[in-house]
Amino acid sequence: MDIQLTEEQRQVRDLCREFAEKELKPNARRWDADHVFPREAVRQLAEMGLMGVAIPPEWGGAGMDNVSYAIAMEEISVGCAGTGVIMSVNNSLYCDPLLKFGTEGQKKELLVPFAKGERLGCFALTEPMSGSDAAEMRTVAARRGEEYVLDGSKNFITNGPQADVALVFAMTDKAKKHKGISAFLVPTDANGFIRGKPDEKVGIRASGSCTVFFEGCAIPARHRLGEEGDGFKIAMSTLDGGRIGIAAQALGIARAAFEEARAYAKERKAFGQPISSFQAIQFMLADMATEIDAARLLVWRAASMKDQGVRHSAESAMAKLYASEMSERVTSKAIQIHGGYGYVKEYDVERHWRDSRITEIYEGTSEIQRLVISSSVLKD
Amino acid sequence: MTFEPSELQRAVQETARRFAREKIAPVAAENDRAGRFPLDLVRGLGELGLLAVNVPEAYGGSGAGAVAYVLAIMELAAADCATAVTVAVTNMVGETIARFGSDAQRRRYLPPLASGDFPAGAFGLSEPQAGSDAAAMRTRAVRRGDRWILDGEKQWITSGDVAGVIIVWAKTDPDAGTRGVTAFLVERGTPGLAVGRHEEKMGIRASSTVSLAFDGCEISDAQRLGEVGEGFRMALAALEGGRIGIAAQATGAIRAALDACRRYAKERRAFGRPIAEHQAIAFMIADMATDHEAARLMALRAAALKEAGAPFTREAAMAKLLASEAAQRAVSRAVQIHGGYGYTSEFPVETLFRDARAQTIYEGTSEIQRLVIARELLRDR
Repeated sequence: MDIQLTEEQRQVRDLCREFAEKELKPNARRWDADHVFPREAVRQLAEMGLMGVAIPPEWGGAGMDNVSYAIAMEEISVGCAGTGVIMSVNNSLYCDPLLKFGTEGQKKELLVPFAKGERLGCFALTEPMSGSDAAEMRTVAARRGEEYVLDGSKNFITNGPQADVALVFAMTDKAKKHKGISAFLVPTDANGFIRGKPDEKVGIRASGSCTVFFEGCAIPARHRLGEEGDGFKIAMSTLDGGRIGIAAQALGIARAAFEEARAYAKERKAFGQPISSFQAIQFMLADMATEIDAARLLVWRAASMKDQGVRHSAESAMAKLYASEMSERVTSKAIQIHGGYGYVKEYDVERHWRDSRITEIYEGTSEIQRLVISSSVLKD
Repeated sequence: MTFEPSELQRAVQETARRFAREKIAPVAAENDRAGRFPLDLVRGLGELGLLAVNVPEAYGGSGAGAVAYVLAIMELAAADCATAVTVAVTNMVGETIARFGSDAQRRRYLPPLASGDFPAGAFGLSEPQAGSDAAAMRTRAVRRGDRWILDGEKQWITSGDVAGVIIVWAKTDPDAGTRGVTAFLVERGTPGLAVGRHEEKMGIRASSTVSLAFDGCEISDAQRLGEVGEGFRMALAALEGGRIGIAAQATGAIRAALDACRRYAKERRAFGRPIAEHQAIAFMIADMATDHEAARLMALRAAALKEAGAPFTREAAMAKLLASEAAQRAVSRAVQIHGGYGYTSEFPVETLFRDARAQTIYEGTSEIQRLVIARELLRDR
């Protein structure tokens, strides 16, 4: 039992907190309003080693642990949740599976520049008719000599509009259902890779997402990640880590909303006194802070288990479920504390509320998390 | 960073788990029905060091620390919340004497508290008209030479009838507010101390809850705990630790509910399959498991801070609030999952449902926890 942060973890926290305060927070409202990808901020994240936090230095990363990654994700998301998910996708959903399942050659070519943040990755699992039920996917990959040819489409692909390479899941043997899925590293400049127009989203509008189409898209066979049929396993194992990132993002969003609500409650007066002196407001703040702390402990526990190399599917799912649902409650209370001002764009809490909503959906809906948790709890 | 217990902590946890399963669980339902204090379990708990987990070894305690204590209470509560609360109060009394008592007081009271020679320790703070607002207490202590005379009434005193020693808070300067409160160690059987009504409780029935009447109860100044006027501060300090104990107890209750549901949902069939295979049931179980993990981590964090000598006021209040509120949801869902059977004494979940209800009330209601948390949050930094 040791939950003190190490010196390195504290440094990461302080560095990210300062960056979020100086570079993200002042711009987040504009990026949200204009649906703008924060290219310069992402470049700065790369300089700080935050696009490959837990990737070893020999593969271009910062070589820190997963607890540090969770801490960084929380702090960055306090400043801008959209920037948070850009970082999370590159770290958790692209670099992490490359590190775990990639060959030496793949890592040299397709991990190093991404972990350094020189190039951007994305993760393409979801399809128009296949979200939670990934085994229903229709995208196919057919082997033709030394190539695979992909046909189909993927949607809601975060980083899709900007990514240089997509980790794409496709059926290589439909009869085997989820055991017939394989994973491929598809350069987005490949022939037959076509991007749809960016999605118009409720929140996390600084991050772009889009539908991508594969029309006879041919890639070299050496771009297959893992063996044929390993795709589902790779996807699920990747999401176990990804969920820690999204849980930390939800945590950061909630903390931003809480801190703004606390500051507002101390300034705003009603009935002759600051509203923070009323129990009605105090108790909301107390509940918000309590749930934020609980979420952080769940996130850190899952991350520390990942660091120790033990299975953490249920713990990641718990962290993601709790943190995301907490985030929606907390951001909603922050609006309530702000009253009418909470409903207008003069304050940031309306954005936090919109941003929080996605965390209950992507990288496994709350319902999928409950399936993962209950099957683990009910296992003999 | 690791959330795994150390070897010593794990040993204490294992010891408590074994005792809870082998000795407490088999008699819990009967003690609950009869409203019987488990006098025959106390000696065994003492022998295993579970009555003074965080009291120094020099005074008969285990000296195993606050984290080990929390792990032990979780195990005991998973078997029986009533026994767990009795043990928790004894531990709190022991820790308070160890922290604030004179060496003579420590030597006199800690060994019998730790061994079980005293069936329990008791904490005499609440009064009929002073619960959350402890400073409104009316019990008086008046000095006569090197003696003190106590007059007044205490209520909701866990183990007040069986305790070998009771920490009693009384006003020594009624005009000085919280600075006019002093603590005293009153032994069982002291003339002028009478045990009043036994409360008929809906839950935690195997714990004893009584009122205590002090009528010209005379004790020596050597029985004063800490300095005159320091009592209120000591009570708050004791309750901070106590809250972690209740958080641990609530966590144990959630785990007991979860375990019962896991078993039942796999056996019970409806619509051609075990009810565990219906999402309506499985998702309730998932939420209980998530709440359990959150409650457990919050209790452990507060204990780890306490053990490290760091401030933990806010964290203890948060742990108590979150765990006790989560326990309400968990035990109610456990009854729901058991259907009609859950409403009968045939299954343990109805006991849990009644037992857990006390957890958002005692050692500071949820409302007091929120006040404590808000005060910490709104303090200018």
